[in-house]
Amino acid sequence: MHMADSLLSPAVGAAFWAGTSGALAYSAKKLKASMDEKMIPLMGVLGAFIFAAQMINFTIPGTGSSGHLGGGMILAVILGPYAGFIVMASVLTIQAFFFADGGLLALGCNIWNLGIYPCFIVYPLIYRPIVKSGSTPKRIAIASIISAVVGLQLGAFSVVIETMLSGRSELPFTTFVLLMQPVHLAIGLVEGLVTAGVINFVYAARPEIIESIASARPLVAGLSIKKVFGGLLVVAVITGGVLSWFASANPDGLEWSIEKAFGRPELPERENNVASALKSLQEKTAFFPDYSFKKAEGPPDSAEAGKSETSWPAVEAGTSMSGIIGSALVLISVLLIGVVIKLLRRKSGGNRTI
Amino acid sequence: MSFDEQYFNLGYIDTLSYKNTCIHRLDPRTKVIATLAFVVTVVSFPKYAVTGLLPFFLFPVLMFALGDVPVWFILKKVLVVSVFAVFVGMFNPLFDSRVMFSFDGIQVTGGWVSFLSIILKFLLTISAALLLIATTSFPGICHALRKLGVPELFISQLLFLYRYIFVLMEEAMRMVRAREMRSFGARGQGLRIFVSLIGTLFLRTIERAERIYHAMLSRGFTGTMHFVKAHRLGGSDIAVLTLTGIALFIFRTFDIVGIIGRQAEGIF
Repeated sequence: MHMADSLLSPAVGAAFWAGTSGALAYSAKKLKASMDEKMIPLMGVLGAFIFAAQMINFTIPGTGSSGHLGGGMILAVILGPYAGFIVMASVLTIQAFFFADGGLLALGCNIWNLGIYPCFIVYPLIYRPIVKSGSTPKRIAIASIISAVVGLQLGAFSVVIETMLSGRSELPFTTFVLLMQPVHLAIGLVEGLVTAGVINFVYAARPEIIESIASARPLVAGLSIKKVFGGLLVVAVITGGVLSWFASANPDGLEWSIEKAFGRPELPERENNVASALKSLQEKTAFFPDYSFKKAEGPPDSAEAGKSETSWPAVEAGTSMSGIIGSALVLISVLLIGVVIKLLRRKSGGNRTI
Repeated sequence: MSFDEQYFNLGYIDTLSYKNTCIHRLDPRTKVIATLAFVVTVVSFPKYAVTGLLPFFLFPVLMFALGDVPVWFILKKVLVVSVFAVFVGMFNPLFDSRVMFSFDGIQVTGGWVSFLSIILKFLLTISAALLLIATTSFPGICHALRKLGVPELFISQLLFLYRYIFVLMEEAMRMVRAREMRSFGARGQGLRIFVSLIGTLFLRTIERAERIYHAMLSRGFTGTMHFVKAHRLGGSDIAVLTLTGIALFIFRTFDIVGIIGRQAEGIF
């Protein structure tokens, strides 16, 4: 499932963009050092393959509804983690542009959710160890199914985390998790079956193809588990740093999510000070004045939710009336501008005029 | 959406991007930067912002009108992808039932306001992405991204992917048709057939990649891709970027709707 721009706050979007572009730059650098140039067209065409394959539907066994392929795991298995990640990222980029799946700010999150997990966590930590001691069809099947399930669970969970951190949705954490994880368990199982099927099909039909790709791609031996963990730790620290730095401009969302995560409206004493420090920092650094719908300024405490009834702005009838009139006027004039330009163009005929 | 429909949509949006209007003639970098700034500004509005978002509709309307983009086509695409945002946003009215205003006895809760805010943001950000691609050729966007510092390898990956989407989709479409002709729509739609379908498509893809590589080698490929069309930032690009920046800042900082509303009330 694709994360959407409208559910994101800029801080969360930027943080995941930072993590994703770091991983992209690192993968590109790694590949450049060790890759056969034969891989360049191969990766491109395989991206197009995933794209085309995603459009073929099949009937999910036992349900009658139709599903399609995700593809992250197949790419990781065949191309290895670095190239697989770059191809997956390019597929998601094109989807974001042409099908508007999610949007441009959310693209960072989507590449993270659907690319990082299968390529850099599930593949080296689950798939490789299982298949390492001999790739029989049965082992490949087991490894693919477990990998696909775990990958999608991680992806779905991080959609929840991203939504919570952004604080645009009211959905409680537990409800959201309970909605997302079981659905993606089912999707993961089907994805795993398809992944296993395709990899085994290719192995059975043309084993030399997989081997020739394996020899062209950079050695996976360089990707030790320690390195993966080290890299992820660095990314996590940087992401966390960026996130908290940005979050100072938006303490509402973060506080709110902390509150949901801890299941109680108040945080321990110490964090209270942090919150108020953040708030005063925000007042100093915010270059956008508070918007009128925002909560009225109260004493800076993090227990806002508890006293929310009192902290609503007292909206006078007059203010809201002018709001409605203003909205109508703005929308009408925006539409008029569009219509007038269209008419002018049509009058002067041709598309080179304006 | 059926397979054929998706394929033709992709082709149609591609042909749109080769029109020649003042929006299309701008440097791709200008449009990419302006779109990103627009998306970030829209998303930066707090949870309960509704009226503040309305002036931002000026941007897509200008793009539609000046870029000669068919409105219904884009709107239809926006609706198709709205599922997730609507699904998650839908819960806001259920969980947040504190009353924010009341008009003549109709009480509007915070949940409905934040739901409306999510929908408005959704419309703005998604149409921005689609309008960018409808007014800029994809190779142009890749060029812009490269100039903005995206790794070379990723750019060549995007260009290849885009070039071969159409080829492989035709290949896949033929296979899907063949399956449908033989199965009368019902049988053969299951997992087993699907897997061998995808497997065959995969093998054909690999063989194609091999041929492409040899063709490229014989034409002197050394690992980098070159662009034929040169882009440069002109006066109009700088003007557009400056104006966009100023407009975004004004719309984000001042309560335009409130000001206009109060003025209008004063007149009536």
